Amino acid sequence: MKKRKPLSTSSEWTFELLDTYDHEIARIAKNFKLDTYPNQIEVISAEQMMDAYASSGMPIGYHHWSYGKNFMDTEKKYRRGQMGLAYEIVINSNPCISYLMEENTMLMQALVIAHAAYGHNSFFKGNYLFEQWTSADAIIDYLLFSKNYIKECEQRYGVDAVENILDSCHALMNFGVDRYKRPEQLSMKEEQIRQKDREAYLQQQINELWRTIPNYYDTKTEEVERRFPLDPQENILYFIEKNAPLLEPWQREIIRIVRKISQYFYPQKQTKVMNEGWATFWHYTILNQMYDEGLINDGYMLEFLQSHTNVIKQPGFDSPYYNGLNPYALGFSVMSDIRNICENPTTEDREWFPELVDTDWLETMDFAMRNFKDESFISQYLSPRIIRQMRLFGLNDDDDEAHIEVNAIHNTTGYQKVRHILADQYNLGSIEPNIQIYNVDVRGDRTLTLRHYQYNRKPLAGTLDEVLKHLTRLWGFSTVLETVDNNGEIIQTTKTEIKH
Amino acid sequence: MTRLIDKRINAKNKSAVNRQRFLKRYKSQIKKAVTDAISNRSITDIESGESISIPAKDISEPIIYHGQGGKREMIHPGNKEFVPGDKIKRPQQKSGKGQGNQASDSGDGQDEFVFEISKEEFMDFFFEDMELPNLVKTQVTTIYDKKKSRAGFKANGIPANINVVRSLRNAHARRIALRTPYKRELKECQEDLEELLKDTSSNTAKIEALKEQIVFLEKKIKSVPYIDEFDLRYNNHVDVPKPTTQAVMFCVMDVSGSMDQSKKEIAKRFFILLYLFLTRNYEKIELVFISHHTTAKEVTEQEFFYSRETGGTVVSSALKLMHEIASTRYPTNDWNIYIAQASDGDNWYDDSPACREILSEKIMPLVQYYSYVEITPDNHQSLWHEYEKVEQSFSNFAMRKIVEVSDIFPVLRNLFKKKDELKSAS
Repeated sequence: MKKRKPLSTSSEWTFELLDTYDHEIARIAKNFKLDTYPNQIEVISAEQMMDAYASSGMPIGYHHWSYGKNFMDTEKKYRRGQMGLAYEIVINSNPCISYLMEENTMLMQALVIAHAAYGHNSFFKGNYLFEQWTSADAIIDYLLFSKNYIKECEQRYGVDAVENILDSCHALMNFGVDRYKRPEQLSMKEEQIRQKDREAYLQQQINELWRTIPNYYDTKTEEVERRFPLDPQENILYFIEKNAPLLEPWQREIIRIVRKISQYFYPQKQTKVMNEGWATFWHYTILNQMYDEGLINDGYMLEFLQSHTNVIKQPGFDSPYYNGLNPYALGFSVMSDIRNICENPTTEDREWFPELVDTDWLETMDFAMRNFKDESFISQYLSPRIIRQMRLFGLNDDDDEAHIEVNAIHNTTGYQKVRHILADQYNLGSIEPNIQIYNVDVRGDRTLTLRHYQYNRKPLAGTLDEVLKHLTRLWGFSTVLETVDNNGEIIQTTKTEIKH
Repeated sequence: MTRLIDKRINAKNKSAVNRQRFLKRYKSQIKKAVTDAISNRSITDIESGESISIPAKDISEPIIYHGQGGKREMIHPGNKEFVPGDKIKRPQQKSGKGQGNQASDSGDGQDEFVFEISKEEFMDFFFEDMELPNLVKTQVTTIYDKKKSRAGFKANGIPANINVVRSLRNAHARRIALRTPYKRELKECQEDLEELLKDTSSNTAKIEALKEQIVFLEKKIKSVPYIDEFDLRYNNHVDVPKPTTQAVMFCVMDVSGSMDQSKKEIAKRFFILLYLFLTRNYEKIELVFISHHTTAKEVTEQEFFYSRETGGTVVSSALKLMHEIASTRYPTNDWNIYIAQASDGDNWYDDSPACREILSEKIMPLVQYYSYVEITPDNHQSLWHEYEKVEQSFSNFAMRKIVEVSDIFPVLRNLFKKKDELKSAS
């Protein structure tokens, strides 16, 4: 064994030390073939961390009361010691911005650098969802553009008018994403030019909904009435932006800003387990490598292990601390398991993962990181070993039955079923209600009809009325929400009238 | 590859604007919480920040999600004894199989949203719709205080006041100005030299001369200093006279045997609220405490609130003392005088008319505002009736009755209601 020459032994950090550690971690990461954006590591205070929290980590954001609310909530909880702040926040941008808290010890800073600046960073750069759906190069510019644009609107049209639009957009934010169609890449300059163009173009155009000249063919053909839009639209905010008859150009632009930001976060929602698992796996691997090379001493290692085990703690379902599956724990287990299968396969592994056995673990893991999202990742890689280790079991809660039934446990017959249910649990398509724009009464009173297609008979909850009021405000005319059950029959209709 | 940045020095309070927006939006709820808070508070910490709690559902952002019901399959960790096919009794749901759009009204989500507001914000909310009557003195007081204010830049000063941007801009301008002639000449020389070098027949002496000249010019350019002493500019500050306002508040209280500790407590709360209110309008406030039974004396705050005396009550003694103090120590052209009197209404019967006389003739012309609170559950006695006569003839005299602690704030509000509100009310 080599003689240890630790980089430092005190828990205090300095900028020189941060630099040294980052240098070593970068070297190790490179040896493991992690491909990352350049890093921008920013040291911030607790208060700045709370600012970052309030705006979901975005370094630049427009003003809105809800961010103030988040901030006050975080601040209070932090002050009273009810919650600690996260050690890190990392932003999917190029260069990749990660925040370090000044209160962290040297070891924690090293852990965060490995986790965020190399783990998450390489995930952002490599994963197909991020690559296709977000543009890391442009996000900061776009946020700056949106902040300035909204500020300008506030000056021109008043804070209240802008706040009204933003409130309405936020209520529908989850329905402002394209799930299947890939959005175009963003760039601030183009965006500014395009925004001007759009505004000018819209001014000249007639809106389809306002067409009053009778159609010549109408008299001849008594066809089945065509719906508008022809196909149901999943992106409600997009539809409103393009088709709401009464909105001013600047209001459409604000809708666009909100849905663009919503779209930017969409991949993160779908890769929580993978992303955290990947980052956790790499901080674990990198820190262990540093220990093996003698760069950190035993004291550091113990502190690291304590933090690490806290992060991947998974209380059982009957624990008072149980709060669902911990994405860090699940992700880390599966990621480590992939390496394990590649390096030391068991007979079971050979049977379940013949394509992984005896491959280069770096390449296999890289492939897994690049080409999956949580749902597909779990159905591809969740092994019987993990199901046994975590003692996963499935519950079927059907309100047609009198009892909840245990339908799968960690046994031969249960593995596939557990995998299947767990994968679906991370499928955004089944987590979020499926609500689509169905029809506009073009020839009548312009009522907008939406359809909620029920999934497993799950009802809608939350402040539905409020959301519909916001929708009605944006649309400018009455709206109707129809709930359609599995047989395609409308079982419930909610109408929201416009108040004039 | 990696950039390390110390962001700690950057602007904090990035969320300040958002926070203000939030406070503005929920003003009415917060105000209600503030008013509730004040009645529960002990007096000593009345002037601190407050944690405000308003129902979370009032401020929640609208959202739609899947509710309870239907069929859902879930994976949980930590199985101990379950085997497939086990039936488990369904835990009781509070909202049951409700329709989605009613869920918001039913039991759940009653959590309170709690947050802290600062002392300043608290007081702003607290005193929001109150104002001081008669803020303008009959004779405008002009006491000037000095205040530093920025006033451009100057060429000399102390190092702490150096304006870096201005200084460097000057240095830059000077460098351009001093170097340009040399640079022009240098360029010409270089061009000449090049010409000569191209021409092989040219004479070497001339080349040498040019080269020397170039070296000389480069030296000249180099010798222009980067920053010179006379580039320096300093921020200039001047004293600006600023009119200040000052007030004196007289607290007058009956400490005779009939005023028990609970009545004193009520009086104390009233005085403190009044004091806080005045501090928001005046930069400088002095307090004078006068307690009285049959005789009056000026006392300290501690004595005022906690000493216990016995005996009868002669209110006029306090009024006389007050007039004496006011006319000797607080000339009206310098001071705004406010008087708050608290009593249980007991007075020696023959003394009450005397009180009215002193008030009407001597005291009322001096003061900005006189408020009298009577702390008694009983019927009014002679003092109240005499004071009523005073109230009729002076608009800056007000009197109210307080029975319980909870009356204090409404009474105070009522006393200092904003003028336009009064008009619209009447």
